[in-house]
Amino acid sequence: MAIFVDQYTKVIVQGLTGGQGRFHGLRNKAYGTQVVGGVTPGKAGQDVEGIPVFDSVEDAVKATGANASFIAVPPKAAPAAILEAARAGIGFVVCITEGIPAQDEARVYATLQRDFPATRLLGPNCPGIISPGKCNIGITAGEIAQLPTATGPNVGIVSRSGTLTYQALYELKQQGIGVSTCVGIGGDPVPGTSFVDCLAEFQADPETHAIIMIGEIGGSAEEEAAEFITNHVTKPMSAYIAGVTAPAGKKMGHAGAIVSGGKGTAQGKMDALRMAGVKIGLNPTEAGSLMAEIVNNLR
Amino acid sequence: MDLFEYQGKQYFAKYNIPVSAGGVAHTVDEAVAEAEKAQYPVVVKAQVQVGGRGKAGGIKLATNADEVRLHAGNILGMDIKGHVVKRVWIEHASDIAEEYYASFTLDRAAKQHLLMLSAQGGVEIEDVAAKDPTAIVKLHINPIIGLSLAAARQASVDAKIPEKALDGVADMLVKLYECFTKGDCDLAEINPLILKPTGEVHALDAKVSLDSNAAFRHPEWEEYAATEELDAREQLAREKNLQYIGLDGTVGIIANGAGLAMSTLDVVNQVGGSAANFLDIGGGANAELMTAALEVINSDAKVKSIFINIFGGITRGEEVAKGIVEAVKRVTLRAPIVIRLDGTNAEEGRKILAEAGIPDSQLTSRPTMLEAARAAVALAK
Repeated sequence: MAIFVDQYTKVIVQGLTGGQGRFHGLRNKAYGTQVVGGVTPGKAGQDVEGIPVFDSVEDAVKATGANASFIAVPPKAAPAAILEAARAGIGFVVCITEGIPAQDEARVYATLQRDFPATRLLGPNCPGIISPGKCNIGITAGEIAQLPTATGPNVGIVSRSGTLTYQALYELKQQGIGVSTCVGIGGDPVPGTSFVDCLAEFQADPETHAIIMIGEIGGSAEEEAAEFITNHVTKPMSAYIAGVTAPAGKKMGHAGAIVSGGKGTAQGKMDALRMAGVKIGLNPTEAGSLMAEIVNNLR
Repeated sequence: MDLFEYQGKQYFAKYNIPVSAGGVAHTVDEAVAEAEKAQYPVVVKAQVQVGGRGKAGGIKLATNADEVRLHAGNILGMDIKGHVVKRVWIEHASDIAEEYYASFTLDRAAKQHLLMLSAQGGVEIEDVAAKDPTAIVKLHINPIIGLSLAAARQASVDAKIPEKALDGVADMLVKLYECFTKGDCDLAEINPLILKPTGEVHALDAKVSLDSNAAFRHPEWEEYAATEELDAREQLAREKNLQYIGLDGTVGIIANGAGLAMSTLDVVNQVGGSAANFLDIGGGANAELMTAALEVINSDAKVKSIFINIFGGITRGEEVAKGIVEAVKRVTLRAPIVIRLDGTNAEEGRKILAEAGIPDSQLTSRPTMLEAARAAVALAK
């Protein structure tokens, strides 16, 4: 088992003929992901190293039976691409596009909620998702992810930050700890999938025995996660929150990473998670070693 | 991107939100000219992006040209909480019967738009919230449904806006919401929103923050970018297309990825140092990017050591290392570099760094983030 994606997931790449889509789509395929098609309007009949290209998501789904989509198109085109995937019945949409206006994100999210409740959006502006050994959608370098073992203990990772997601994968690999699924939810103001969504899935996944969470300043997603953990998560957890030293009023790279009006501080988030029983590392390495202790206790 | 008050008012005017007639002035003479146009009495207002202007003496009433000269002369060049006043806004003084508060933002937790409205305006809304939270009405708005005039009116009734101002405030809210959504604002705030003795509702102040991701569909925003107050380092970084934020410490930071860059600041702080900046060079780390990043860091006189923290994902360690070696050759650095290179092919990368013939006094390598931070902080002391 894994969460959201596994060896049976069939992926199409929206924007496969573009630079990013081609590069990452082919890498995902090389990792072993079932990349069954691509979509670029006007390029039906072409192929990218044997992967057939279609004019629309609808055509691609009809021909391939795809149930997931990887969106790698520019910010202007991304909102329409997400809704096109949903309309074609795609259940899981990963959008890595950075720089989508917040107003567009809010409208896309509300539209999915109202018209396409069966579609889950991961991102935008996220690194993607990897269930090691089974499926990799997005920009994660598959080789830094440790394969899960049949008996465990395996760890689930959920993170708001891209490079810190890799850092977490790497820390676990150094410790020889298997990963069930690693989800990068992205650093934008309106992410399609939240910490809480991922925590609920990890809690229900028999292959996941412990969870690492990587948060950052801004918003209240970590505080909401802490409340959910208190009430619904029984699996042991460690966490790291980036941005303890971030000054107020400055966006730290991500559109969503900003402390404003005294809200969204790293300290507040760490306190909330600690109260929920999560072990807090003061840097990513410490969160990794805390997870190693947790895993050793489970063995 | 935060707008100055005068820009915010000009932005409001595009959405038919009533604002006072006025103009911006960079000199005392310009201020007098604008005052004549706006007609006395006028208000001379310091244009800085920080609260508390009034208390600092940055807002003054003037009834004739001499008073405009006096006040504009005092206010231009004034330092308000570290912000030097470069411009004043001169507008016709408004008679005020009552003061209200209105704002639209995105509520990230609810993933919907949020209207905040209060009949108690003209003071910091945080103070109102602390003293009497019930005095602020909060209305969530579904972004695909929007705000109707009826809903705006009901919110105004709920906020105890008096009967005589209800229609004016409701109409204003609908216009402000349009400015917030179509104008791609992160924040659109009017405080105070005033009722004049004559019964009109009017925006006496404007606080607007624009979503820079939407700049592609707002070519008119270019004029705002020109007045944005960046320090010299931030200006250079912008020209080089780097994500940079200037800070006050002594350890220059370069990292790939926003999260890792933030984390690097934290780790430097944990081991007793302080970061001179936040700098994210993005997913890759080629020679061009690294050179640009080092040039920006090098322009900061406070920097005593440089900590390069790279995690190779798709960008392999040896490519990163080659980029760094090349960049170090191109830039004459004033401070030593400590590098932590980890991730894909990190071993090969470290080997390239070690064999590049760069003296230890200029570049050293440490295997972990924590050890590298300690070394960089030690060099900065």
